[in-house]
Amino acid sequence: MKELDTAGQGSIRVTRKSGNVVVLEKDLATEQMVLAMGPQHPSTHGVLKLECLTDGEVVTEAEPYLGYLHRCFEKHCENVDYPGIVPYTDRMDYLAGMNSEFAFCVAVEKLLDVEIPRRVEFIRVIVAELNRIASHLVAIGTYAIDLGAFTPFLFCFRDREHILSLLEWASGARMLYNYIWIGGLAYDVPADFPRRLKEFVDYFRPKTRELFKLLTENEIFVKRTKGIGIMPADVAINYGWSGPMLRGSGVKWDLRRNDPYSVYPELDFDVPVPDGKFSEIGDCLSRHLVRAIEMEESLNIIDQCLEKMPSSEGFDPRAAIPKRIRPKAGEVYGRAENPRGELGFYIMSDGKSTKPLRCKARSSCFVNLSAMKDLSRGQLIPDLVAIIGSIDIVLGEVDR
Amino acid sequence: MGSSINAWSDWMTGFNPMGIPLGLIILAAIPLVFIAVYALTYGVYGERKISAFMQDRLGPMEVGYWGILQTLADILKLIQKEDVVPTSADKFLFVIGPGILFVGSFLAFAVLPFSPAFIGANLNVGLFYAIGIVSIEVVGILAAGWGSNNKWSLYGAVRSVAQIVSYEIPAAIALLCGAMMAGTLDMQKITMLQSGDFGFAHFYLFQSPIAWLPFLIYFIASLAEVNRAPFDIPEAESELVAGYFTEYSGMKFAVIFLAEYGSMFMVSAIISIVFLGGWNSPLPNIGGLALNTWTSGPSWGAFWIIMKGFFFIFVQMWLRWTLPRLRVDQLMYLCWKVLTPFAFVSFVLTAIWVIYVP
Amino acid sequence: MEEGAVLSQAVKESAEAYAVIHEKFGDAVSAFDANPTMPFFEVLDVALWQKIALFMRDHPRLRFNYMACLSGVDYPAEEKVGIVCNLESLGELNHRIAVKVRCARTGGSIPTVSCVWHTANWHEREAYDMYGMVFAGHPDLRRILCPEDWEGYPLLKDYKVQETYHGVKVPY
Repeated sequence: MKELDTAGQGSIRVTRKSGNVVVLEKDLATEQMVLAMGPQHPSTHGVLKLECLTDGEVVTEAEPYLGYLHRCFEKHCENVDYPGIVPYTDRMDYLAGMNSEFAFCVAVEKLLDVEIPRRVEFIRVIVAELNRIASHLVAIGTYAIDLGAFTPFLFCFRDREHILSLLEWASGARMLYNYIWIGGLAYDVPADFPRRLKEFVDYFRPKTRELFKLLTENEIFVKRTKGIGIMPADVAINYGWSGPMLRGSGVKWDLRRNDPYSVYPELDFDVPVPDGKFSEIGDCLSRHLVRAIEMEESLNIIDQCLEKMPSSEGFDPRAAIPKRIRPKAGEVYGRAENPRGELGFYIMSDGKSTKPLRCKARSSCFVNLSAMKDLSRGQLIPDLVAIIGSIDIVLGEVDR
Repeated sequence: MGSSINAWSDWMTGFNPMGIPLGLIILAAIPLVFIAVYALTYGVYGERKISAFMQDRLGPMEVGYWGILQTLADILKLIQKEDVVPTSADKFLFVIGPGILFVGSFLAFAVLPFSPAFIGANLNVGLFYAIGIVSIEVVGILAAGWGSNNKWSLYGAVRSVAQIVSYEIPAAIALLCGAMMAGTLDMQKITMLQSGDFGFAHFYLFQSPIAWLPFLIYFIASLAEVNRAPFDIPEAESELVAGYFTEYSGMKFAVIFLAEYGSMFMVSAIISIVFLGGWNSPLPNIGGLALNTWTSGPSWGAFWIIMKGFFFIFVQMWLRWTLPRLRVDQLMYLCWKVLTPFAFVSFVLTAIWVIYVP
Repeated sequence: MEEGAVLSQAVKESAEAYAVIHEKFGDAVSAFDANPTMPFFEVLDVALWQKIALFMRDHPRLRFNYMACLSGVDYPAEEKVGIVCNLESLGELNHRIAVKVRCARTGGSIPTVSCVWHTANWHEREAYDMYGMVFAGHPDLRRILCPEDWEGYPLLKDYKVQETYHGVKVPY
């Protein structure tokens, strides 16, 4: 491409190295248009607002505005006791309530230093992995909608429905569970739960392949996502990316492996990272692939948990729950691998009160989204939608 | 009323009781009623049920048995709705936009031979007229998009205009191949040339292997012309909210939808006329089993062309509920660098075929 | 640090990392707090914080390339607010450490580290939003979760919510 107009601001070039080459050249400086994408826009996944500076279809700058769903989680935490915070964590990442509870309980238990019964740990892992699958199904389904494919979305939601009924059966709620308590569980799983779970796993395994055929291997889908929004690994780390986003950039990093908690060290599972054959490392397609493959890994984990789980004889899910949760003075940063990345809780206790002095939630979406400004520079509007979709944000967790 | 060519429509044109051209009015009303009825039944209800079937769900089930009355309930809702015109919109353009859109898609119905005995206007340049008149829709879309004074609408309108104008080129060239095989632009004649005892074997699609190429090109281009997936970029709901009709509600919205369903049928009818024999029965006469003769005639003709049209609409729906959406630049790439060259190639090949082969 | 206390592997690694920092910056950093839940040290000379951060990120024996979390904290008893950063060497040396930086409660200022870790950009905005400390040199220090024209800093312990916001009664 020949070099044009270095002094003026008129030339805009979008070049991509992937198979579908886009070269947009402009010699004339035209007036840029401010386009407010959101807070009520179908593909901002909630109430995110992106203020885009656009030149035709090219977004030259996009500034995210958050806070439309801010519900003062951290202020609430300072005013309720520890068990009372657990339901609030559900409402942060409402698509993966179990994982949020899990992360919070991991953090508090680290400070409390309590021994958790093994069966409790296994049940926790099972429900967390189930919820991870459910959350990834929503992520993949809504991503398909962002790219204009409606049917995969409904297929995903059909399968998610089975998971929600399973979780409802265990906890009594479909989305906001309050099931994992500090030191234990609210209830043991129903007696028939393992059998029904096994049925689900057997039912769902072929469905993941079906999803691959319908969406991931679709030519148009690949064209829309391959080579779009590439994030190199070192920049991703510097941005604090975690979870499928970081793995999409080729970093084999999973807290379940690298900072193990609960019974994950005993379980055998793969941490999928893209190899760069089907996708370009770090692009939207890689992130989608990681999520799609992770679902199968979660199924493997559930299978192993079902095998290794101790029987329910003489089991009291609330046995290890302290009468009064009052951690010793100190601070802790506890974290767990959420479907969207690292969910961490920084908790500060003064040792006297049953309420935390400070409880900060390190939300994975919040951190992942902060790279939006860099990722969106010079993209087309449809690509911007593809990038937001691949970040898989839940505004409840971004804004807390 | 005989069954000779255009008997019904000719009779109706001559029906002038007390000097009022009542026959012409009825003639014009027939396609209008047809669009409305088909859009309600097959377009809206059918699409809902078909998409539901493809997506493993039930679709509308509440209003009436199997939700049959759902569309009526929707119409009732749309009629009751307040007719909102945004304060900052250009009122004239905003109101006239859906009108132009609808008229554009409706006008093309004039030259569709619905049956051997019925055609709205038997033009000798019918095909040319049909291709040309649809372009009026572009004006309507631009008026709607610009008049809404909404950035998303404007994006949708600009995309749509670019898309429709570009795709008219491969579409027209592909249709020209069919016209070349027939040697005429008269829709009724094109259809008649494809009739015969062997049913589908006389259709242009099966007359020459080359015809498949323009057939596929026109089908793809027609998807883009009527803004259906995977080319529904102008109304890309996840990018542009709803494209050029973001600001529309109530009856204006319904009219836009009617226009869309109208054009869907129109392109499907054109493709069946040019390549699949229009109102000709596809069944062959096999010895004494005179399937073709039995299933021919004015009423059967109407049945066949509508069924062929519905089949292509079904394929359009099928694609819509299966495929993701292309990006704007990929769409243009496909049009200018893939479809247009192939359309030219098929044009040349068809010419050679027509001159040398049979 | 108690003599003879058995330190876990993770805390030991953090202590080694701290030793490197202490060697370079001496009295600018406090002693190492080797508690088992979150070992940390404090930056005493706030002005050096950015330099320490850069050193921690780039030194071959530290390589803290990943900022997991940056939380604002209020210390009303000492009339201070501060931040707590949880740092980690992701994929390289795999050790972690926490750093505390504190400044005066009113009109206090902490040098920004958003140029060292991009993560800090939004987290510092959040800390500013909630606690009101200024991050000197931050490229875009605006409120992030609360509206631009919100009064006060909600997570301060003595925060009183404003009476009305744009004519809407706030406390309910």
